[in-house]
Amino acid sequence: MIEIDGLTKRFGQMTAVADLSLSVGKGEVLGFLGPNGAGKSTTMKMVTGYLAPTAGRVSICGHDVETDPIAAQANIGYLPEGAPAYGDMTPRQFLRFIAEIRGFRGDAADQAVAKSVAKTELAGVLDQPIETLSKGFKRRVGVAQAILHDPPVLIMDEPTDGLDPNQKFAVRSLIKAMAPSKAIIISTHLLEEVDAICTRAVIIDRGGIVADGTPAELLARSRHHNAVTLTLPAAQAADAQAKIKTLSTVANVEQQGRDDGFVQMTAFPKSGALLIEDVSALAAREKWDLRELYAEAGRLDEVFRAITTTDTQRAKAVA
Amino acid sequence: MNQLWPIFKREFAAYFATPLAYVFIVIFLFAMGVFTFYVGRFYDTGNADLGVFFTYHPWLYLFLVPALSMRLWAEERRTGTMELLLTLPTPLWATVVGKYLAAWAFTGLALALTCPIWITVNYLGNPDNGVILASYVGSFLMAGGYLAIGACLSATTGNQVIAFVVTVVVCFLFTISGAPMVIDLFRGWAPYALVSAISSFSFISHFNAIQAGVIDLRDLIFFVSLIALFLTANVVIIDLKKTG
Repeated sequence: MIEIDGLTKRFGQMTAVADLSLSVGKGEVLGFLGPNGAGKSTTMKMVTGYLAPTAGRVSICGHDVETDPIAAQANIGYLPEGAPAYGDMTPRQFLRFIAEIRGFRGDAADQAVAKSVAKTELAGVLDQPIETLSKGFKRRVGVAQAILHDPPVLIMDEPTDGLDPNQKFAVRSLIKAMAPSKAIIISTHLLEEVDAICTRAVIIDRGGIVADGTPAELLARSRHHNAVTLTLPAAQAADAQAKIKTLSTVANVEQQGRDDGFVQMTAFPKSGALLIEDVSALAAREKWDLRELYAEAGRLDEVFRAITTTDTQRAKAVA
Repeated sequence: MNQLWPIFKREFAAYFATPLAYVFIVIFLFAMGVFTFYVGRFYDTGNADLGVFFTYHPWLYLFLVPALSMRLWAEERRTGTMELLLTLPTPLWATVVGKYLAAWAFTGLALALTCPIWITVNYLGNPDNGVILASYVGSFLMAGGYLAIGACLSATTGNQVIAFVVTVVVCFLFTISGAPMVIDLFRGWAPYALVSAISSFSFISHFNAIQAGVIDLRDLIFFVSLIALFLTANVVIIDLKKTG
């Protein structure tokens, strides 16, 4: 439902997005990841028709955003970065305004607003000016206006930024519930969010895609994928490390000392090997006094750091 | 058309959601009073007409209208609501015109609230109400001209102070372009056509013509086409900003 083809955006000398192609279908929740300044927001602004691309095209449900913007925009619910809203309006007035612009009239507008308010749990603050609301409520007002017309395509720039863990959970549940009938793109810095709600993760860096896959596929790229971490008394540590190393599936073992008389160590597998059975069998044989023993799924932040550049690196590259 | 109305409604209501509307209207009426009664010596003229009152309108608008227009787009840009507004399925012209009409209607409201002075002259004597009505229409059109210039310039920047200052300067040029100090500057060397073209841009001469009591089609066309021109420029500027 979202087709992005060769999308490029240059601001003067600076290339913000470079030849980005992507297609998102119904039922997909695409997590858009990348360091600050990688081009996430710029891409979203082009997809929603706020910025005109330097090259390339975007099509939403078959409507080209540049040549047929109104039809495309009618199919999009968009939460811009920072969830902007008219601060002097109350959520009720604001959502009513959005409903009318979206073509709802009279009772239909009331119903659309009521539905959206119920989904985002805004009922308690409906008549307070938006500028007096907490960050969490402001964000939810933004989400409410984006989903008001039940759009087939949802574009959300950092939908859970600034929310407390309960509010994050609520917004994620909401997105999950809507997912089967929509094509959704969310951008986020929170890697756990990708794990929680996304069916697909795309990492972009310097305006281009550097990774594209399911969260599990990305996790498989992590050094910690299938690694085993165990905690045992310091007295047994040296012996344990030596014995684990002798396992045929283990590549190496790293130790992290702790100040409570225990040692935590992580065994990394040779590529593709599954370690947890071997290590737990070994631990049982040797009768180590294990405090912890668990297999790691992999760490997204590790993958993220490995394939993206830091802002200082980028600044250096430019200079 | 369908989307113009909600945009108009929201924008118009926004004036009253903050003290802006009340402050503006009070200052507008107060300044009108000061100019009419103290500077223009309304009572000393001894005439039961509103000539003195309308004479100062261009000068009042020169400062008050940019104060109103500066926020039209600059504020949307600064707070980020511009992104929201322009990604809604609305034709750009409807957004531009809707916002402009709201500002114009608000100015019209402020102007209408000067009606006690009209009641006063009718109480004191027998003024030509046709002339007064024409003058009100002329004043309203002129305010629309200033507003269209201000709206267009507000779209060029996210800074309201810049929008205000630039608008005042441009409006000032349009106000005085018919005055001798400008015309004399050109008369010595410029061809006659240019001089008359420059002087024909003067808000004051068109307004004075209407104030005489006749709404000439030419004056009407001048203001309407000026408004259309600047609103078109407004649309173009916003569209250009999309390309970054």
